[in-house]
Amino acid sequence: MDQVAAIAATGNAKAGSEAIAGRKNHLWAFLVVGFFVAVSVGAYAANELYVYLMAYLWFGFIYGMCLQGGRFCFSSAFRDLFAVGVPRMVVGIVIATVLFGLTASLVTANGMSAFHAAPFGVHSVVAGFVFGVGMVFAGGCASSSLYKTGEGNMVSAIVLLSISVTQAALVDAGGFLNKLVPDSWRASAAAKNLPASLTPTDGFVDQYLAGYVWNQPKATFADLLGLPNQSWAGAFVGNFLVGVVLPALAMLVVVYAFWARKGHLKKWKREGKPAGFGADLSGFWSMVMSSKRTAIAGLIIGIAAGLHMLVIEGLRRKFGIDNAGDILKAVGHDFGLSVKGTVFDPGYWYVTTQEAQWFGWLFNKLGWNNTTNIFFGLENGIPNPVFNLAGWMSISLIGGAAVMALLNNEFKFKKPTLELALWAVIGGSLMGVGARLGLGCNVGAFFVRTANGDTSGWLFGLGMVGGAYLGVKFFSWWTERKMAKEMAAAPDLQL
Amino acid sequence: MAMKFEKISDGLYSLDVKGYVCPHPQLYTKSALSKMKAGDTLQLLFDNASSGESIASMCDKNGDEILEQITDAGSFKWTIKKC
Repeated sequence: MDQVAAIAATGNAKAGSEAIAGRKNHLWAFLVVGFFVAVSVGAYAANELYVYLMAYLWFGFIYGMCLQGGRFCFSSAFRDLFAVGVPRMVVGIVIATVLFGLTASLVTANGMSAFHAAPFGVHSVVAGFVFGVGMVFAGGCASSSLYKTGEGNMVSAIVLLSISVTQAALVDAGGFLNKLVPDSWRASAAAKNLPASLTPTDGFVDQYLAGYVWNQPKATFADLLGLPNQSWAGAFVGNFLVGVVLPALAMLVVVYAFWARKGHLKKWKREGKPAGFGADLSGFWSMVMSSKRTAIAGLIIGIAAGLHMLVIEGLRRKFGIDNAGDILKAVGHDFGLSVKGTVFDPGYWYVTTQEAQWFGWLFNKLGWNNTTNIFFGLENGIPNPVFNLAGWMSISLIGGAAVMALLNNEFKFKKPTLELALWAVIGGSLMGVGARLGLGCNVGAFFVRTANGDTSGWLFGLGMVGGAYLGVKFFSWWTERKMAKEMAAAPDLQL
Repeated sequence: MAMKFEKISDGLYSLDVKGYVCPHPQLYTKSALSKMKAGDTLQLLFDNASSGESIASMCDKNGDEILEQITDAGSFKWTIKKC
């Protein structure tokens, strides 16, 4: 009886401590939400124009909740496919892309889209490749590093720092990097007649942008079919059906054929069911539904991303502005505006540019004159992070993820080991380089562009898949090497 | 904290990958299971929530059975029987 009583007491004590931990987590979740409510209310009280900030902030919060809840990671999508043969995340991303494509097409067809296609070419694939290797090394893509930071994962926080610092430094880096620039790029950059405050022939990224990228063609699938983007035919047939649905379907068929079909047909046969088209159809559907959690997250992200575009464009029209720089000028916080008077204000979900701006601002305050380059000086500016309206989207994404993790008892503060910190720095740097060469990350250069029918999005994605494959090959070798060492050191593990 | 793979008793192994982030927990789990015999059991300890979904899908795909899943303040203890 004593033993039973002791077990019962232990069980009660454990349940009690879990309840206390749960209550603490809920309290922290309320505090995080309270912080963002306070920022929103305070900003709105200061000026009505800050409703623009609130839009970015709360869409970021939704993205954070969805990413954490669905474990939504673009790196995991391709990495887990190649590393452990699991297709669930690729499926989730395809669902999100198709849903976003649908909502984006609605917005575009109604003339409310702020989206512009990016130049495409070999550079899109190369940039995606560098980014893809980086996201496997780092243990997550640019967006998942944000949500994992919200889970208390300090390795991801290091990744975030590494991406940000690398970008902020790279966009202004000249010196020996200038020697890598072909003469044709330099000449072309010089001929662009950019404002006198800029130095487009000094710095690798400047010459890469003005001397090469800007000379490349831009095209959506609607453009390729000769349809106007802002028409129902262009938006739905060109950009959505041909640009999103068909490639997405082809991707799912390939994933099913190579990674899911064999296992499904084996199971199907074991259950004594007849082979044939029905078996494959059932297998395809069960692959799509293999993780409801991820699929639901993809569904909400897809819809939210489209609504985000609509809301921002609506606010621009309501306030009669083209760019958030107009708001900063109106409220008197005009430090760090670009030479055109603008700041980074994509009008949709974006991750890496605002991260580069945070450190661009910091470097500038520390005495680095980094406003003569195209990235900061001409296009995005370096506003104070507190007044970086799009920047709040990333801060609140971390917050949304933290709230979700706290509510699900999954928040854990994790200190990085030296090994993981090293991979985080290397992976983050590669992602930073890939993001600047590709004009965006897995969200800005892939997710947003593919969903809007931009050809460059699929090229970046192609490179990203190749990079992820190489990264997985490396890590598989690394894991086996460490496992072999562990087993060699333990005589009872000679299996 | 370093990864630890050890034999607890005949047919029962332990893999501790706490502190590791993606993709390490799933890669180590795959590697450990590949070295075990059918019917052996693995006690897996990890604290990277995102890896759980991948490991569960991997087990489902390969037919390995997850006998128990315990979550405690962001740490996970799963018992997996290799098919």
